[in-house]
Amino acid sequence: MTNGVIHWFRYASPQSFYPLAGRMVPWFATLAALLTAAGLWIAFFVAPTDAQQGESYRIIFVHVPASWMSMFLYVVMACWAGLGLAFNTRLSAMMAHAIAPTGAMFAFLSLWTGALWGRPTWGTYWVWDARLTSELVLFFLYLGYMALHAAIDDPRRGDRAAALLALVGVINVPIIYFSVQWWNTLHQGASVSITRAPSMAATMLTGMLVMALAFWMYSIAAALARVRAIMLEREAHLQWTHELAEAAK
Amino acid sequence: MDARTGGGCEVNWASASDFFAMGGYAFYVWGSFVVTAACMAGEVLFLRARRSEALRIVRAEKVRHETAA
Repeated sequence: MTNGVIHWFRYASPQSFYPLAGRMVPWFATLAALLTAAGLWIAFFVAPTDAQQGESYRIIFVHVPASWMSMFLYVVMACWAGLGLAFNTRLSAMMAHAIAPTGAMFAFLSLWTGALWGRPTWGTYWVWDARLTSELVLFFLYLGYMALHAAIDDPRRGDRAAALLALVGVINVPIIYFSVQWWNTLHQGASVSITRAPSMAATMLTGMLVMALAFWMYSIAAALARVRAIMLEREAHLQWTHELAEAAK
Repeated sequence: MDARTGGGCEVNWASASDFFAMGGYAFYVWGSFVVTAACMAGEVLFLRARRSEALRIVRAEKVRHETAA
């Protein structure tokens, strides 16, 4: 380690990642709070009333960011799980495990806010349509991942089993994303596209993107805070956590 | 888009009660935002509790380790 070469895997061990994560959490949490404040201001006081949907459309400012995060976090979780399987690194599996509850929360919020938006616009809280059903499957995949992990006593074996589930489940993410194109569905098409001009007012789009960024920062802060707790739980028998618990008193 | 596109509090909402009424969609709009906020706040509280519980486990393990040695 002292031969002058940068040790790239230095932060791949829980012991060295723990303090780094601890320094990052307040920054991401602060960014999340500031962006949420700005996003909510735009959502309620800058973005105009929608001509067709009235004020009900304002649900978009939580619904779309939550839905994006639920899909994005699943891919990130599966990537960490895959890395853990491939390289058998402790930290990768812990990261995957730390992301799952936050991802599940966003999947739930996507369904919840979607139901509350569906009622005034479609006249129903729920339909078994491709977009809604595949998002529900995503929620169940998160729950299945956590339940499977919890059901196996040895955390390292649990990591591997749950990682396989996470990797197989990745197939659902493009299904959710393209469901509005592949099947006839009540759900509207993609809100934002790189290839098309935005289909909504600039302030609406800005508010949505700011809220998405806020949720992103929140997710990073939450995942890092959780991975720190997981490190302590799993390595409670090791010397480095003992020294840490002494200092944290 | 209707005519009220200027931005700013007085443009979107005539009064505080107008704001909370959300054009008749109060249940749906606030139901979405409040539950989202509650979930996030709840997760933060759970994370705090999990951290202190983890630290408690580590300390217990440390004591066990020291008494065994």
